[in-house]
Amino acid sequence: MKFKPNTNLLLGAVLCGTILLAALVGAFWTPFDPMRPDFAHRLLAPDSIYWLGTDEFGRDALSRIMYGATTSVGISFMTVAIAMFAGTLLGLIAGYARGWVDRILMCFTDALLAFPGMLLALGLLAVLGANKYGIVAALGIAYMPSVLRLVRGTVLPLREREFVHASRVMGNSEIFIVFRHILPNCFGPMMVLATSMFGWVLLAESSLSFLGLGVPPPAPTWGNMLAGSRPFMTQAAWLGIFPGLCISMTLLGINLLGDALQDKLDPYSRGK
Amino acid sequence: MNRAPLLDVSGLQLETRQSAKRVVDDVSFTVDRGEIVGIVGESGSGKSLTARAVMRLEPPAIRRAGGSILFDGQDVTVMPGKALRQMRGAKVGMVFQEPMTSLNPSMTIGRQLDEGLALHSKLTTVQRRALTLQMLTRIGIQNPEKSLTVYPHHFSGGMRQRIMLAAVMLMRPALLIADEPTTALDAIVQRDVLELMVELTREQGTAVLLISHDLPMVARYTNRIIVMEHGRIVEQGATVDVIARPAHPYTRKLLASLPNRGPARTIDRKVTPVVRARDIVVDYPGRGGLFRKDTGLRALHGIDLDIHPREVLALVGGSGSGKTTLGWTIAGLLKKTSGQLAFAGEPIHRSSAGWRQYRQDCQMVFQDPYSSLDPRMTIRQLLAESLRTLPQMDDRARNRRIDEVLDEVGLPAQEYADRHPHALSGGQRQRIAIGRALSRRPKFVVADEPVSALDVTVRAQILTLFSDLQRHYGFSCLFISHDLAVVEQVADRVAVMQSGRIVEEGTRDAVFDHPQHDYTRKLLSAIPLLEATATGGVQTRWRFQPADPARDTE
Repeated sequence: MKFKPNTNLLLGAVLCGTILLAALVGAFWTPFDPMRPDFAHRLLAPDSIYWLGTDEFGRDALSRIMYGATTSVGISFMTVAIAMFAGTLLGLIAGYARGWVDRILMCFTDALLAFPGMLLALGLLAVLGANKYGIVAALGIAYMPSVLRLVRGTVLPLREREFVHASRVMGNSEIFIVFRHILPNCFGPMMVLATSMFGWVLLAESSLSFLGLGVPPPAPTWGNMLAGSRPFMTQAAWLGIFPGLCISMTLLGINLLGDALQDKLDPYSRGK
Repeated sequence: MNRAPLLDVSGLQLETRQSAKRVVDDVSFTVDRGEIVGIVGESGSGKSLTARAVMRLEPPAIRRAGGSILFDGQDVTVMPGKALRQMRGAKVGMVFQEPMTSLNPSMTIGRQLDEGLALHSKLTTVQRRALTLQMLTRIGIQNPEKSLTVYPHHFSGGMRQRIMLAAVMLMRPALLIADEPTTALDAIVQRDVLELMVELTREQGTAVLLISHDLPMVARYTNRIIVMEHGRIVEQGATVDVIARPAHPYTRKLLASLPNRGPARTIDRKVTPVVRARDIVVDYPGRGGLFRKDTGLRALHGIDLDIHPREVLALVGGSGSGKTTLGWTIAGLLKKTSGQLAFAGEPIHRSSAGWRQYRQDCQMVFQDPYSSLDPRMTIRQLLAESLRTLPQMDDRARNRRIDEVLDEVGLPAQEYADRHPHALSGGQRQRIAIGRALSRRPKFVVADEPVSALDVTVRAQILTLFSDLQRHYGFSCLFISHDLAVVEQVADRVAVMQSGRIVEEGTRDAVFDHPQHDYTRKLLSAIPLLEATATGGVQTRWRFQPADPARDTE
């Protein structure tokens, strides 16, 4: 699927905007209380009152999705931010300093990468405790090595480019060179990784919730709503469909937005 | 034997598949049997595409829009796949520019040479091996038996290009297409490989289509020259005629762009040198690991060098001679193992107080204008960065200086200051790189092969610009180049380097007219020179020709 950059930007912005709006509103107001059971209205199909139906405890699905958006999107954002920040910082250090610093950092990275991300997160969660911040920390640590590797790999050829030497001849400090020349030239690949990582984290959070290690009930996340819908798949398919749709639409939106942003940020497509 | 030309290209048109943009338009020429024809042009002139189209090897993004190609009377454009494959290799051979990548690194030399013969001949293994050995001996490979079993990385670039040539010539093709076959090689090696090519093709009666941007080189070896510009042939004819009486303005421009020697300048060498280097030694560390010590490599063996005020000192030598290492060390980009540097009489090293001042006063121009400008920054930002560390310069003064510098390098600020490097041509980028180095009004500039990546006519413009600015601002310059013709134009003094040592040093005229060291003589004798003869013709001769042995013994 290949849209024009502007279509990409527009569609991505609309999707992400809707989700963000839902998450923002959901943090303060929802049509119904997302936590309070109402056994009189169990497993209702979507209608004019309960737009997206109700679940097995009679809770309004729309309210839960809105409220869950705050948690799901929040967790993903924080996780990606932590992984990107730590990974970029360490990657810059490893790639630019080389030598023994690089060797030690890469040793740890390779050790971390040797575990499947999910398994690592599970282990960390067992230590950190299954709550929102535990998930953020666990997934952040689990996804950090791939950022580190990517940034380091991008830095390695960059540091040998002549404009880096040219900057050094001008008398600029190494720190200045890293932030002025090296880091901005890493943005392209970083952006791609960050957008796809947002998706992985959203899914990973769902999987953790599915395994019962995510945010504990009754608090909703898209992941544990998806997980909770499984026994009712035949009677109330909407319970799984709508959180699932939310996850995929968010991913689509972020990917489109990421692509469009990358086109905008790419110096080769600017200024001719 | 028939009299028709071996290759007859007429009205060839090539265009891009996507936008139908003409890249080669109405190109017609012929190549006779055993003839050497040169195609000369700058990058983008369509010379390589034309040559590739002859073998139907044009890249997938290019489509032939019209014209015919007759090879040996057969129309190549309608040839079925099988016939085409039989023509390629067996009747038409091709040698590419990059010897480092044109041989398969995971195949032994023996197998690569055997590949073509096995495919196109009915010879037995033993016969093929005998032929291959004979050819390897012919191209001057030592110990041919052994070299059959080794891999390409055992050989230098020049040797690989010989092997490539051998692989092609083993098939005894009727036509050899050589696409910039020696551009990636040092001058001395270039001459060797080209002479070998000419000898081999003459022995076998093979016609050659030699593609190059190097006009004197092509003139030296060809019978006829085709000059291309923007996908069209602007002039073709016998080499002597084209060179002596160029009819088209572009040909004249190409000829005028060849570097020539200006009058010698007087440089006062009694004053304190701007930069004085004494006994500079640089070792490259080996790739030692935790448990392994590798002694590394000594790149410079105790270099002494003085650069005087207003002087351009050229550093010449083949690749691996250490000239770039020396330049980078003097610019402070590489750590020296031992030795002293002095700037304006004051000894300096990385931690000394004078180092900051030296950083202000010593600037550098790099070889590759595509890599030396950060693609994310605008021209104004690039220049501003260079001025950033200058004390006592406010924003207004900085912007005024930027406009001034852009004006000096011939790129008016209103038009160019807000562009990104990718929106500029190679020559324009190099102008920016030069402007950036000079924006701080340095006293000393290290120029590392500043024009090697540029086309002939652009190179001439940049050299003129550089010389003008040098004369105007009077900075001293260490000019690193492998191209002696360029050096002859810009240098006041020349230092010749070989294997990490300076083997000869002297004024430009002394080094070029009376080279003393064997290596300098060899370098100079690999440079073709176009010279007008008394009778109005043109002859090519080598820049240095060994004197008559008879006279030598006197």
